[in-house]
Amino acid sequence: MPEPLLELRGLRKRFGGLTVTDDVSLTVLPGEIHAVIGPNGAGKTTLIHQISGTLRPDEGEVVFAGQRVTDWSFPRRARAGLARSFQITCIVPGFTALENVALAVQARSGSSFRFFRPAHLEARLNEAARAALEGVGLGHRAGVVAGSMSHGEKRQLELAVALAMEPRLLLLDEPLAGAGPEETERLVALLRSLRQRYGILLVEHDMGAVFALADRVSVLVYGRVVITGTVEEIRSHPEVRSAYLGEDEMA
Amino acid sequence: MTGRARLLLPVLVLAGLAAAPFLGFDTGFAYTLMARAMILGMAALSLSLLVGGAGLVSLGQAAMLGIGAYAVAALDHAGVTNALVVFPAAALLAGLFALVTGAVSLRTSGVHFIMITLAFGQMAFFTASSLSALGGDDGYTLYGRTEWMGTRLLEDRAAFHFILLALLAGTWLLLSALIDSRFGRVLRASRENALRAQAVGFSPFPYRLVAYTVAGAISGLAGALLANATEFVSPATLAWGRSGELLFMVILGGVGQLYGAILGALAIVLLEEWLSHLLNYWRLAFGPLLILSVLFLRNGLAGITAPPRRRRAPPKAAAPKAATLEARADA
Repeated sequence: MPEPLLELRGLRKRFGGLTVTDDVSLTVLPGEIHAVIGPNGAGKTTLIHQISGTLRPDEGEVVFAGQRVTDWSFPRRARAGLARSFQITCIVPGFTALENVALAVQARSGSSFRFFRPAHLEARLNEAARAALEGVGLGHRAGVVAGSMSHGEKRQLELAVALAMEPRLLLLDEPLAGAGPEETERLVALLRSLRQRYGILLVEHDMGAVFALADRVSVLVYGRVVITGTVEEIRSHPEVRSAYLGEDEMA
Repeated sequence: MTGRARLLLPVLVLAGLAAAPFLGFDTGFAYTLMARAMILGMAALSLSLLVGGAGLVSLGQAAMLGIGAYAVAALDHAGVTNALVVFPAAALLAGLFALVTGAVSLRTSGVHFIMITLAFGQMAFFTASSLSALGGDDGYTLYGRTEWMGTRLLEDRAAFHFILLALLAGTWLLLSALIDSRFGRVLRASRENALRAQAVGFSPFPYRLVAYTVAGAISGLAGALLANATEFVSPATLAWGRSGELLFMVILGGVGQLYGAILGALAIVLLEEWLSHLLNYWRLAFGPLLILSVLFLRNGLAGITAPPRRRRAPPKAAAPKAATLEARADA
């Protein structure tokens, strides 16, 4: 078994009396899509926050590419190759699509304490940004102000930003939320094409997409991992049926 | 590119200031008025970098101005009047003050940031009031203007006018370059969406601190020039009303455009002068004019001729966002 890209060891997080992450341990291998599913309020987004560094766990460790990153800040983890997307779209609305992506390219190509050369004229940044936009099918929208894009386009843009970071692991928090059927199809195809290059931790409600994409699935209920297994094992697990999927969906 | 048209207004204003002495505005009175507008314009430009560029609404910029002015007074008191010492010292001292106070202030955001910059400003004000060697509350009258290579160049009205004009234009060009650079891009992204900047790997704090320090140093230089223009320094230079006035200039001129600060400074200085001739109670008219301008000139004076710049956000984005605060709290 290859060395895991991401390893969570006994993560625990409480908000007052409520335990939202309860002894969660899981791994993401290189080139693997590991999906986390669970009912609303199961603590999926809180878990993503702890992995990305926007929340600090009360107990446990986050190990990324062999390094303990539990105490690292969110930006530092991002620079180390841990890219995350957000459940609620998170872009710079006043920037063009190209500049949104170029910002991510800039973060990994040399110092940003450069004061005199206009950043929008840096061909190296723009070329890499354009390539990332084309990778998600937004090449023709490069010059559009991000704030005026459609919801689906913003989700694609966010993905392009994550890819432009050249990360090793993608943390995707419901990347399909709010996308129409056609957009979903396109995004699923896109995510499938990314699998070889990155490890992906995918939080998603769309069961069709999860079962089509995931190598392994973990089911989170009340902050605990009930089971981790292959798609087949999850489909046939009785506890999962009752806790989450419902009998109808399995029929 | 629309860039050219966008630059028309500020270039016209600067050209107008350059031509003014040849168009009959070469009386002592006119020079004094223009000097005041250009110096405050420099300080307002530096504040505009913070407000429009970084989304940092500071109410303590007068402290940097005052520190620059007091540097001139203190050096004058010590017998040092060489411009090559005085002006760098003023900028350095104000920049250092900004660096230290910024390191504390920038830990906060929104209203807290406004309050803490105001508090630091008041600290500087009371410190200046208690400097008995420099006149305390009464202020300090300079023996003469700062010397350039042993000459009294700055006492020549026309020379002083063109030096100020060059420094104003230089400040504008410098800060424009800063806003457009990689550094400025991180600053602008952090203003609009700090969480997004963090997500790609930028921690906003060091970028904001550098901006705050640069703005402080420029205001310090402006303060040193102000001391030379009036040949007098007093705690009034550091009063918080002055910080508010600078903020007015930035907002009236237009937060979305750096050069708006120049327009704002010019407009307020001229309006003050004109209204005070027109009416005894001119301040009564000043307030409503400002309110009307904020209500109806959404992009400020700069917005009259130029549409809001595409790559820069509309001024409303200057308000701190919930996401920003959330990210800070989480960090």
